[in-house]
Amino acid sequence: MAKMMYRDAVVSTIAEEMARDENVVCLGEDIVGGMGTPGGPEAIGGIWSTSTGLFGKFGADRVIDTPISESAIMGAAAGLALSGKRPIAELMFADFIGVSLDQIWNQLAKFRYMFGGKTKCPAVIRMAYGAGYNAAAQHSQAVHQILTGMPGLKVVMPTTPDDVKGLLRTAIRDDDPVIFLEHKALYGVKGEVSDDPDYMIPFGHARLSRAGQDVTIVSTGLLLGFCEAVADKLAAEGIGCDVIDLRTTSPLDEETILDSVEVTGRLIVVDEAPPRCSLGADICALVAEKAFASLKAPPLSVNPPHTPVPFARELETAYLPSVDKIEAAVRKVLSYR
Amino acid sequence: MQLSREALLRAYRQMKVIREFEERLHVDIQTGEIAGFTHLYCGQEAVAVGVCEHLSVEDKIVSTHRGHGHCLAKGCDVNGMMKEIWGSREGLCKGKGGSMHIADVDKGMLGANGIVGAGAPIAVGAGIAAKIDGKGHVAITFSGDGACNQGTTFEAMNMAVVTKAATIFVFENNHYSEHTGFEYAVGTNKDIASRAEAFGMKVWRGDGTDFFSVYETMREVLDYVRVPGNGPAAVEFDTERFFGHFEGDPQRYRGPGELDRIREMRDCLKNFRKSVIDAGLLEHADIDALDAEVLEAIEESVRQAKAADRPTAEDVLTDVYISY
Ligand SMILES: Cc1ncc(C[n+]2csc(CCOP(=O)(O)OP(=O)(O)O)c2C)c(N)n1
Ligand SMILES: [Mg+2]
Repeated sequence: MAKMMYRDAVVSTIAEEMARDENVVCLGEDIVGGMGTPGGPEAIGGIWSTSTGLFGKFGADRVIDTPISESAIMGAAAGLALSGKRPIAELMFADFIGVSLDQIWNQLAKFRYMFGGKTKCPAVIRMAYGAGYNAAAQHSQAVHQILTGMPGLKVVMPTTPDDVKGLLRTAIRDDDPVIFLEHKALYGVKGEVSDDPDYMIPFGHARLSRAGQDVTIVSTGLLLGFCEAVADKLAAEGIGCDVIDLRTTSPLDEETILDSVEVTGRLIVVDEAPPRCSLGADICALVAEKAFASLKAPPLSVNPPHTPVPFARELETAYLPSVDKIEAAVRKVLSYR
Repeated sequence: MQLSREALLRAYRQMKVIREFEERLHVDIQTGEIAGFTHLYCGQEAVAVGVCEHLSVEDKIVSTHRGHGHCLAKGCDVNGMMKEIWGSREGLCKGKGGSMHIADVDKGMLGANGIVGAGAPIAVGAGIAAKIDGKGHVAITFSGDGACNQGTTFEAMNMAVVTKAATIFVFENNHYSEHTGFEYAVGTNKDIASRAEAFGMKVWRGDGTDFFSVYETMREVLDYVRVPGNGPAAVEFDTERFFGHFEGDPQRYRGPGELDRIREMRDCLKNFRKSVIDAGLLEHADIDALDAEVLEAIEESVRQAKAADRPTAEDVLTDVYISY
């Protein structure tokens, strides 16, 4: 076990997989940084430092710094994947799926199905998502609810450095297109990670981060820590929460959720995306359908409101689910006795 | 054509407002009181002002993530902008947009924009509207040497040509997109204007650190585009960005002495002062008086921003729709 930051787990996993398999190539804006400048290549890495050192190790053919052309980057990833390579393409901000969605949604995601199962498309699309930086409406969004609804894509949302390691390796070795969502507020978080060179976490397997008998809380990403804080606080009062980190939203680990709700009878989904057609709506519907008899309270979802992400500190704080809002939701479902 | 004394003083004042607005932000951001990502326009003032001094409120502009200069030059209120960047509910966008989304549609300023390359298509729409209205108004999109590589920019250029939109593509080549040099990222041999030419547009080029070069070039461009039926045009200005890509950027991609050199040789304010004094058009005292006045105006805007009302949780929910 080594201790490292979430962002370093990203870089080290990419480096290990590039060393292991020469078909793995990276592309994205400023992933080398300094190309065509007096400072030269790697004068400065990408803005999240999630590709530091790759260019020096693997060279310009396999670490491709691109112009600002998201549509072409996503399309190139699709074309590389159809041509025997295993691209890892970076979108600097998840919000930029807006510029490039056709290549992700109508191309990459659908090739295998449209081509009658005769091809594979092993591309990883990494992107930094989420609020917390007062970066306003076009640089703060959680986009998983859009991508999770797209058949053909797998959607991964790691919370801890160890999850980054295990899930990113699985993503790179997976033969289907994978969306890998990195929360920008977690990049600096440190944690223990496995140093097994083949450490992989299978998709569709959630992680139980707190165990309890009274309420099931489902979340992932930045907000998982908020849920854990609520669970720890309530544990002192004798209230037990199962806190489930989904890890992947597609595929979804239905079994872990349903098993937990069958015991607790109460469900809260805590999600950073807006409420309509959301992960919360999806999982609440799942539980209503498949665990109806166990329910002791209506399933609840804690989301930001149906608005764009605002800029000012006070507004962004009010926008995001908070420890207080999550705690209030838990107390609400507990009030149905 | 010789500019009047008033026009010269006004142009200098506009550039100086942008400069001091930004220099002050650069200082205040270090204290941590200002949230979010801020991209400073310092160094490029001659472009915003040399373009916008020709425009009326009926002419529209669409800006970028580096939008403060365009906003100020187009007439956005200094105090309203400072309050917005400080996240106040009295700000120009009620603290909802911040630095990257300042807009004042009534002034013909259709928004800074956080999405690189998003502005050009919007300016095509505004340019088509101007064409339909037939009053000789125009729409201008500012794009960087990075934004010129975005597919949206290419689509917008072609569509402007085929629709004969009254749109002007102003390319501000400051040689960097984030940490990448334009010589690497722009494939057309160090040249952006030739792309617009290839799409069928008449193009111009000018020195974006010299107000007079920008102003005179834009007079020709505007004379052309304001004629009904002529359609769009493009212009590339070579310019400099004095600060990092965003506040906090360590700028290790710069060459030795580069920042000192561009501040020394390619400062549009210094160049302006020298030109008008050498030509005997203004006195040092005229300019010094403006400098002092502008500094005080910026100081006042910061005082107001610090004292202004903060937004509340309820404000999150307003302004999403007109009715719902
Ligand atoms: C669609 C999109 N891609 C990437 C970015 C990140 N980004 C913001 S500014 C920038 C560089 C823009 O360079 P340029 O157009 O030359 O403008 P400058 O910053 O020099 O003013 C990049 C890559 C973005 N905001 N939007
Ligand atoms: Mg640039």
